[in-house]
Amino acid sequence: MTLDAAPGIVAVALVTVATLAIGTWGLRFSRTTSDFFVASRSVNPRLNATAIGGEYLSAASFLGVAGLLLTFGADMLWYPVGWTAGYLVLLVLVAAPLRRSGAYTLPDFAEARLGSQGVRRLCSLLVVAIGWLYLFPQFQGAGLTLRATVGAPAWLGPLIVGAIVLAGVTSGGMRSITFVQAFQYWLKLTALLLPAAVLLAVWAGDGRPRAAVHDAAWSLPLADGGGQGLYLTYSLIAATFLGTMGLPHVVVRFYTNPDGGAARRTTLVVLALLGLFYLVPPVYGALGRVYADDLEGRSDVLVLELPRLMVDGGPGHVLTGLVVAGAFAAFLSTSSGLAIAVAGVLSQDVVGRRGRLDGVAAFRLAAVVAVAVPCVVAVGLPDVSVARAVGLAFAVAASTFCPLLLLGIWWRRLTDVGAVLGLVVGFVGSGTAVVWTLADGGGSGWGAALLTQPAAWSVPLAFAAMVLGSLATPQRVPAHTGRFLVRLHAPEALPLQR
Amino acid sequence: MSDPVPPRVRVTGPERRRAPVRRTAAIDSESRLGTVYVGSLLQEQGWLAVRVLVLLAVGVGAWPLLFHLVPSLADVDLLGLPLAWLVVGVLVYPYLLLLGWIYVRRAERNERAFTDLVEDRER
Repeated sequence: MTLDAAPGIVAVALVTVATLAIGTWGLRFSRTTSDFFVASRSVNPRLNATAIGGEYLSAASFLGVAGLLLTFGADMLWYPVGWTAGYLVLLVLVAAPLRRSGAYTLPDFAEARLGSQGVRRLCSLLVVAIGWLYLFPQFQGAGLTLRATVGAPAWLGPLIVGAIVLAGVTSGGMRSITFVQAFQYWLKLTALLLPAAVLLAVWAGDGRPRAAVHDAAWSLPLADGGGQGLYLTYSLIAATFLGTMGLPHVVVRFYTNPDGGAARRTTLVVLALLGLFYLVPPVYGALGRVYADDLEGRSDVLVLELPRLMVDGGPGHVLTGLVVAGAFAAFLSTSSGLAIAVAGVLSQDVVGRRGRLDGVAAFRLAAVVAVAVPCVVAVGLPDVSVARAVGLAFAVAASTFCPLLLLGIWWRRLTDVGAVLGLVVGFVGSGTAVVWTLADGGGSGWGAALLTQPAAWSVPLAFAAMVLGSLATPQRVPAHTGRFLVRLHAPEALPLQR
Repeated sequence: MSDPVPPRVRVTGPERRRAPVRRTAAIDSESRLGTVYVGSLLQEQGWLAVRVLVLLAVGVGAWPLLFHLVPSLADVDLLGLPLAWLVVGVLVYPYLLLLGWIYVRRAERNERAFTDLVEDRER
């Protein structure tokens, strides 16, 4: 072990201890099955919003964005913008009605709205698929971080993160994880902001050098390649703007609000917290152009390497330790949120169905499965850019749950047949793109462009299938549709039969 | 022997917001009047959402197209930053927050108006 490894090891150890300590402290408030799944729906908007921010800012935000900006330039700014704007779309179309639907998870919503076990099971499958697709890059990112900063073998990162996540999730459930994630939001913001400020000061002290090479494409918020570039950019925008509402860990968070109005205010605070955070990664991307131009190809480690490249000696080590701590917090919080969401669905629809285990025991067993599978995949699969892989999870969510939620909340004529048709079409469409990308798809031309960013065609296709399938089966519109929509949209102040 | 053990008392919190029973039956029973009420709320909230999304599409979504049509914008510097980085990297976020804030205010106002409307009818 070299001296270089010390800050990384110290940072990882501190974050781990803090996470477990806060989780244990939160455990004192965690008593019932309801605490486990949704913190008994009594988290106030500001704490809840900070927890959402902490959970949502993943390895892709902390490490991936800066690296992509370094390599590709301004068109990658659409990733953080889309991840934030997704919350605005969620706010105006989904937040309050979804909370008022009174369901735990997306499958619960589908079942309540359509009264169909078939749709429910399909949704469960999709939650697990999207959750795992989102989890494995987090674990890969953990391996990458430990390899870059400590020199540990690549499998160690996934193992450590997986073990800590399991410990936190199985012991405290949603209630204790709320405190942990709120803490991790502030940790991540500090860990990114403070080094950025120091590095900017160093840059100013150096006489504000400009990047050695100047190319116009780097300040163009548009992918290369004319029409194809325009398509890629808008498809990314579609995936992120519409995908946020369909992510399992995002949706579960809305059930922890006391009511629909609180769900809205929570989302508004989330918009502010995310906007604040996403101002920082571009600083790393831009400084990386000046100081770390030889990093291309390993751009995911830019945030971790830049402090050491720009600041010598002790202060450099401290800054490195800080960013490693932030990155580690990012893996832990996002993985915890996803593990809870996936485990919640698994325990309700798979493990719990057997009927031999009570709620909490089933949840714990499901959590082990939810974490173990992507952990193994992360070790086995070759490295994929963290932000890329997460972007695909957004595309799948946008092509499946987005149509289901929007039509379910705003359209009376949705039927179970239409829903199944739309979900299958959207999943097959976007899933093809995922498989193609993970199988290291390359090449150029329109075919490759369409598969790299599938959302622009797979989302409208899924909507069309869902609408047409519903219109073709008007006799299957559930009898309770009118009453259900009233419940979704009427304010809680109105004493309806809920 | 010490004092006798006091009898057990069940400790409960004050009941929260116990709503007086009102007749919102028109809405619950899906009568024609109730359907009209709810339909108007849905439409109101739906249009509000559409308006915000249009502002999102114009204010944020139009930039790639603009840069595609006018590539020379890439060379424009404002406040020492390339235009794209200033707009898409910085200014977008306050704009999103502003849209969200406007939406929440309007949506809550719509809901209050709806509640007043329904309860007025019942008195």
